Amino acid sequence: MQVQSMHFKQTASGKLNDAVLQGAMKKAKGKFVDGRALGVAEVDNWEDIRTYAAELRNRVIDNLDAYLLEFERNAIRRGAKVHWAETAEEANAIVLGIAQQNGVKTVTKSKSMVTEEIALNDVLIAAGIHVMETDLGEYILQLAHEPPSHIVAPAMHKSKEQVAELFAAAHHKPLLTDIGELTREAREQLRSHFLAADMGISGANFIVAETGTTLTVTNEGNADLVTTVPRIHCVVTGIEKVIPTLEDFATLIRLLPRSAIGQSIVNYLTLTTGVKSPDETDGPEQMHVVLVDAGRTKLVGSDMKDMLRCIRCGACMNHCPVYQNVGGHAYGWVYPGPMGSVLTPTYVGIENAGDLPNAATFCGECQVVCPVKIPLPDLMRKWRERQFDQRLRPFGERFVMSVWAFFIQRPRLYAFASRIGVRVAVWMGGKDKLIHSLPGIDGWTDGRDMPAPQGRTFRELYAARKGGQ
Amino acid sequence: MSARENILARIREKSGRNGVTSAPELAAVRAHIAEHACGPLPSISRHDPVTHFIAECARLKSTTAELDDIAALPAEVARYIAANALRMRCVGWHEFAALNWQSAGIQFDDRPANGDDLIGLTGSFCGIGETGTLLLLGAPATPKATALLPETHICVVKKSRILATMEDSFALMRNEIGEPPRATFFVSGPSRTADIEQTLVIGAHGPYRVHVILIP
Repeated sequence: MQVQSMHFKQTASGKLNDAVLQGAMKKAKGKFVDGRALGVAEVDNWEDIRTYAAELRNRVIDNLDAYLLEFERNAIRRGAKVHWAETAEEANAIVLGIAQQNGVKTVTKSKSMVTEEIALNDVLIAAGIHVMETDLGEYILQLAHEPPSHIVAPAMHKSKEQVAELFAAAHHKPLLTDIGELTREAREQLRSHFLAADMGISGANFIVAETGTTLTVTNEGNADLVTTVPRIHCVVTGIEKVIPTLEDFATLIRLLPRSAIGQSIVNYLTLTTGVKSPDETDGPEQMHVVLVDAGRTKLVGSDMKDMLRCIRCGACMNHCPVYQNVGGHAYGWVYPGPMGSVLTPTYVGIENAGDLPNAATFCGECQVVCPVKIPLPDLMRKWRERQFDQRLRPFGERFVMSVWAFFIQRPRLYAFASRIGVRVAVWMGGKDKLIHSLPGIDGWTDGRDMPAPQGRTFRELYAARKGGQ
Repeated sequence: MSARENILARIREKSGRNGVTSAPELAAVRAHIAEHACGPLPSISRHDPVTHFIAECARLKSTTAELDDIAALPAEVARYIAANALRMRCVGWHEFAALNWQSAGIQFDDRPANGDDLIGLTGSFCGIGETGTLLLLGAPATPKATALLPETHICVVKKSRILATMEDSFALMRNEIGEPPRATFFVSGPSRTADIEQTLVIGAHGPYRVHVILIP
């Protein structure tokens, strides 16, 4: 996907004034946030499971090479072919090569964020291959020529009226108004593609070192059709997705759907291992697994390595006040919300994504809801520090920060300056004790008043109380 | 160097290790895998598995029925078909072919389902009480397509094989057949989507209905 993250500020402003998007975001917030709370409440030892899951993900990340080799060995033993790709271009070339060597004309795809990252569809379509997204959300976006705005609910920014218009135009049918009817029509449209496809491409929620298994979770059952019907199955997945055992998967699946939307389990959960036997009627004759790096090894061993634990549940964005107001497209790349604000600068360069780690209120909710305890605010703060060090922030901001740093490193001077500052603010607040306009940051006071301080600084009050004891 | 070697070398370098992955490192990873350590289980997993299984099926919008004898299966399938106003015709796994379908007025086809079949009858390897989940293992006589392509999936599960957790199902699989087969398939209620305005719709690409029949 083409990076648009450098335009975050402008795009975000537009999204705030987009009535359709704002309506969609309001509807979604209740479902995701309330749904998760209810789902989590059913599990009495949620915190123990989180801690265990974070440790098990850490164990893999600390020995990533050995776990990948063990996965590769077992996948090959079961008849799969394992490919390694350092870059997006390499990954695309591998998949296209498999398709061309086998005379593939049509492909069905189930949702995969990695293939969004590497823009695989564009490469296949340019080579004359017919590619069909089969996840309902992804199918809607394929018709709309738009990228996903959420990693679990890719078309959440669209209203049913917009979907109805897209379907009527693409299917040459009368305009529908009912969501059930729209879903039925998509099912009927996609059925023949499922049955006719030469190759199925899926992502993997996890890959299992113990058995050489790749694993997909869906509610629609589309990944299951994609991996069962075509004669070739190609899995495109990030190298960090490996887990040691099937038991580890059982632990993670208690966290993943509950964190995403509050479901105790997803409806369809398929483990695919190798190829079909000659007397089996369903299943692929060839199975390929493409292990993609594309920037992931940059995180290994770094101060951002915690991000590699991510299991792509979307809870951090669902609970983020910034995401809730601007939606996923504002972030300008595949991964939105707090997890995206950490990942996008890694993958596309901080110079192209500078606003993202700053688009946070640091309320900390993303870390609270993260099922594998990724310290997302800390990681975003690290990006801010790096930006400051590399002089990538605007002059005004760097100047203010330098002034602030000068004072805060000199406690006596800081106490003196803040005493003056508070008194100025009290004066500015006037009779109604509200500051209506702040020179320099009037963007903030355009929409609200800032309450003026009540009198003295914390230090003064503290000193007075201590003195009184 | 190939992409594989480059990626592995980069991982090792960034992890502060040199050279290639050593035999002792691989052995340690294999030893850890061989332990099959289980994570902490929530107390919901300690409920009576069969009772909890039935309750969870209802939550997932699967229907359930209990039979005293497998011989009563054709009559139950006929009842379900009539109750849902469907056609008296179903395609199913070979293990059910010898039952008396004629007496129940059902045309039973002993073959894998194709895109035109409307009702698929399958068995299951086991059930999981914690989540109301069925585990199906793909093999020549137990094709996954039969559970996936038709609009209605009827699934038979032995009560004696309803276990507490997914961990238990993996242990049973390891005991009885060793490694997971090519297709290892967990089904938890009918196919659904909420991709349009987060509004739940039952019946996306897979079955609209899942009817679970428990037998002794």
